[in-house]
Amino acid sequence: MLTMRGTYSRVIRHVLIVLVGLAMLYPVLWLLSSSFKPNQAIFTDTGLWSHSFTIDNYKNGWKGFQGVSFSRFFGNSALISILCVLGNIVTCSLAAYAFARLEFKLKKVWFALMLVTIMLPYHVTLVPQYIIFSKLGWINTFAPLILPKWLAHDSFFILLMVQFIRGLPRELDESATIDGCGQGKLYLRIILPLLTPALISTAIFTFIWTWDDFFSQMIYISDIKLFTVQLGIRALYDPSGSSDWGALLAISVLSLLPITLLFLMFQRYFLEGIATTGLK
Amino acid sequence: MRTSRRLPIHTHNRTAYAFLLPWLIGFFCLTLGPMLGSLYLSLTKYNLLRPPEWIGFANFKQIFTNDATFTHSLQLTFVYVLLSVPLRIIFALLVALALNQGIRGLGIYRTVYYIPSLLGGSVAISIVWRQIFDSEGVINAFLGWFGLDGPAWIANPDYLIYPIVTLSVWQFGSAMVIFLAGLKQVPADLYEASQVDGAGKIRQFFSISLPMLTPVLFFNLIMSIINSFQAFTPAYVIGDGHGGPLDASMFYTLYLYLKGFSYFDMGYASALAWIMLLIIAVFTGIIFATSRFWVFYGDGKEGR
Repeated sequence: MLTMRGTYSRVIRHVLIVLVGLAMLYPVLWLLSSSFKPNQAIFTDTGLWSHSFTIDNYKNGWKGFQGVSFSRFFGNSALISILCVLGNIVTCSLAAYAFARLEFKLKKVWFALMLVTIMLPYHVTLVPQYIIFSKLGWINTFAPLILPKWLAHDSFFILLMVQFIRGLPRELDESATIDGCGQGKLYLRIILPLLTPALISTAIFTFIWTWDDFFSQMIYISDIKLFTVQLGIRALYDPSGSSDWGALLAISVLSLLPITLLFLMFQRYFLEGIATTGLK
Repeated sequence: MRTSRRLPIHTHNRTAYAFLLPWLIGFFCLTLGPMLGSLYLSLTKYNLLRPPEWIGFANFKQIFTNDATFTHSLQLTFVYVLLSVPLRIIFALLVALALNQGIRGLGIYRTVYYIPSLLGGSVAISIVWRQIFDSEGVINAFLGWFGLDGPAWIANPDYLIYPIVTLSVWQFGSAMVIFLAGLKQVPADLYEASQVDGAGKIRQFFSISLPMLTPVLFFNLIMSIINSFQAFTPAYVIGDGHGGPLDASMFYTLYLYLKGFSYFDMGYASALAWIMLLIIAVFTGIIFATSRFWVFYGDGKEGR
């Protein structure tokens, strides 16, 4: 009797989880299916399975606007994201190594300040940063988007790596030091290779956040040739309702593709990364 | 780096600061300097073209006594935070508990539930949201099956907040993953022992799972509040980009953005930014201060 009830409730729970999961995915599925519908069918034919299938939306959308196609926007976004990823990996791991393995003056103070900056809202530094970058003549360049990552500005990742390095056995460092390894070699040869999982998490998060970062891109970039994917989509889209919806949705699908593929390829690192930072 | 070999273990000053150099430059030039800069600018009138003009507390006086949009945007943002943060955390917790029962295919479900967190921040999904909540959209079609007549979620200023909150709650996956990891840390013998003592599932949840999860809950709460106060893209894209219709999408950050970068009233925008910082600090401060009453750091601490 008891086991019967157990299986019964397990089945119900499973069904519920599947149903909620489908409901969660619905907006994404809607986007995908609508992007293959002809424009006039998108809002009349609301079912997920379309009766008329077309890839014209993709062709039209990719053309972009004002003579600049989406290949340009995708190229820009990719360039910015990749340079940001490299910056975060290099500079955050350097800082993390110092915090996790070295003893130095004022270490506690710096570490505390680093933790505080994680919680600091972006807006409180926004205006002066904008002024600095505009005085440097960097408005309408990618520099304001990339440079902060080369200065370990995303302290969140420093914390992630500090946690990770603290979990590595110290014996490795000690034996390497005895063998005559300096701190630089220790970092490059011992810590960095072992840090790979945390570096991958950092790389993926940085890529996704940069790819999706609409706010700073909008503030710093207004030249259409420098537009990113997010800016391109926003420009295609007219809130008053006269947009070419088919093209807009098709490009939206394409804009989500890189981050989705990245996630699916590396999800183990990804989800572990979230979990380790979540734990104290 | 050459010298460090000869020195006793506890002094790496020069090497350490070399490692920290990029971060230190960033800290002073991108964080501390600009923070002080915006504090100064908040006491001035500044439009990028002419040098800042000192006006004392005039910006703050204007904001607190004579700025209806500020009051409105603050209220709207509070409503958003107070609705979306608890809902998101409750969903995350419930689904994490359901998934933590040794269910088959956990990996797949975890992935499916995480996907919204992955995609939700993009302009694309905000556009989708606007469409499915349209008065002719999928949500109202669904409500129609039950004989309900859904409102114009997007066009009607009274309802616009709900699609925006829903978009935030939809992204509960990242909090859920953290809860799942937290639940894995709970020693199984606690459950076994309590089962022997005759505790039911609900009792187990309130006496074991929930207390053991409080550190994770604490973390989730802080991060969710901080992030929710800063929500921008959904308000900008689901609304009309200017805070409309009728200021229904005028979130605090959007107002700050419009002041600073549409009207180029950068002193005023800096004042708004500092008020935002203080509000967030007060919220996180309250949670930190109360944490010793409800966050439980048990023995499992040394687990990792």
